Amino acid sequence: MKVPKKKPKKLIDEKDVRLDGRGLNELRPIKIEIGVLDNADGSAYIEQGKNKILAGVYGPKEAHPKHLSIPDRARLRCRYHMAPFSVDERKSPVPSRRERELSKVIRQALEPAVFVEYYPRTSIDIFIEILQADGGTRCAAITVASLALADAGIPMRSLVAACAAGKIDGRLVLDLMDTEDKEGEADVPLAWMPNSNAITLLQMDGSLTIEEFEQAVNMAMEGCKKIHELQKETLKAKYVAVKEEVEE
Amino acid sequence: MNLPVFYERREIVTPGDLLAEDDYVAGDNTYKKDGKIYATRVGLVGYENRKVFVVALKSFYVPYVGDLVIGKVVEVGLGSWLIDISAPYPALLRAADAINRPFKPQRDDLPSILDVGDLVMAKIVAYDRTRAPLLTIREPELGKVKRGQIVKITPTKIPRVIGRQGSMISMLKRETNCQIIVGQNGVILVSGKSPKDEQLVVMAIHRIKEEAHTSGLTDRITQMVKSEKGSVESA
Repeated sequence: MKVPKKKPKKLIDEKDVRLDGRGLNELRPIKIEIGVLDNADGSAYIEQGKNKILAGVYGPKEAHPKHLSIPDRARLRCRYHMAPFSVDERKSPVPSRRERELSKVIRQALEPAVFVEYYPRTSIDIFIEILQADGGTRCAAITVASLALADAGIPMRSLVAACAAGKIDGRLVLDLMDTEDKEGEADVPLAWMPNSNAITLLQMDGSLTIEEFEQAVNMAMEGCKKIHELQKETLKAKYVAVKEEVEE
Repeated sequence: MNLPVFYERREIVTPGDLLAEDDYVAGDNTYKKDGKIYATRVGLVGYENRKVFVVALKSFYVPYVGDLVIGKVVEVGLGSWLIDISAPYPALLRAADAINRPFKPQRDDLPSILDVGDLVMAKIVAYDRTRAPLLTIREPELGKVKRGQIVKITPTKIPRVIGRQGSMISMLKRETNCQIIVGQNGVILVSGKSPKDEQLVVMAIHRIKEEAHTSGLTDRITQMVKSEKGSVESA
């Protein structure tokens, strides 16, 4: 669906329908694939609305350069990068300040889920490449990177699901896309670990009242729950398909 | 004893799935927190008495003393070789171990014994996670790999390649007349009389890799090997 480039008058119409035809509490359609890269130890690909993101994981392997190794645990390294063609106007491929910051928050969102203490002195590298961006890439990146980690066979406490909620036209909505993010009033991205019920990423830009903030967090958590179900389903799907095929 | 269990045996689970509560003991690829046992890897659940474990569908090799491994020389040092055994840590093979007498740099030329890129069959003699695992080749069948083909699979699928009491591997050896050496690190060496025989084993191992989590695997592989062999002979 084509979304107008100019600032639309209204982000939500009279029937509570958003620019891309979604309801207020509705996620964008999500498609996930596991094990898409042969050369990486683990990989995954996600399409969330118009976002297209690829994640690859290497390791645990010997840390290079050696002085970066930590004596009692593995070093988790993360690179979030946007391809030059991922946005409307060509983005310089040099990592920007924003990309460095996102690399750091994504790493911190994933680290509590990984048993880094099992493999001291090693490094685990995560590469996230944004092929096409349409708002909420940090959340989709966390979702897909946690699947790539699981695909690499790295032991984890749980998967990490991430989702954003925000405020547009004075209303709280789930999973903002680019135009809503830019024209709206606030955006609250959140990453969540299901079985310990822990929040591993929580950011906000824009302004919300305390009540609205609480509501937005709860809304984003609900979104994370849906995404987590989808993550589990896709991880199993590949194996279930083979099993059904051969056992008939 | 009727304790809560959340999955059937051999069901596929993902990291973070709740497997059991209370009195169970956490086995491989699981962890216990607040009396609840969760999975840490994608795999098949198993319950054995009070132990809950997950047979991982994908993992990497973690060295274990006594394991036979097949690795590749990545670096020739001053008195040792560094060997990539597809584990998180590179392994060390001492020069004195390979030459049966004390190593003297002015007399012994290491690259002429083993050079970068050579494949080595070795056993792990020491490993404690604080230093690199130590290898030995001081056993008759160990040492440099001279011929054959290499197949790599994820180490947790090695038991499937071997089969129950060696049923799978002995069938493959019998049907193809190949020598098959299985490294615990997931590297398998196949050497036979003709490349065709070797190719057949490689095909079979790839099939085992794809279908490791299904039942009736040995029967299907036997059938496949027999029919493939038939088609090769008639051609």
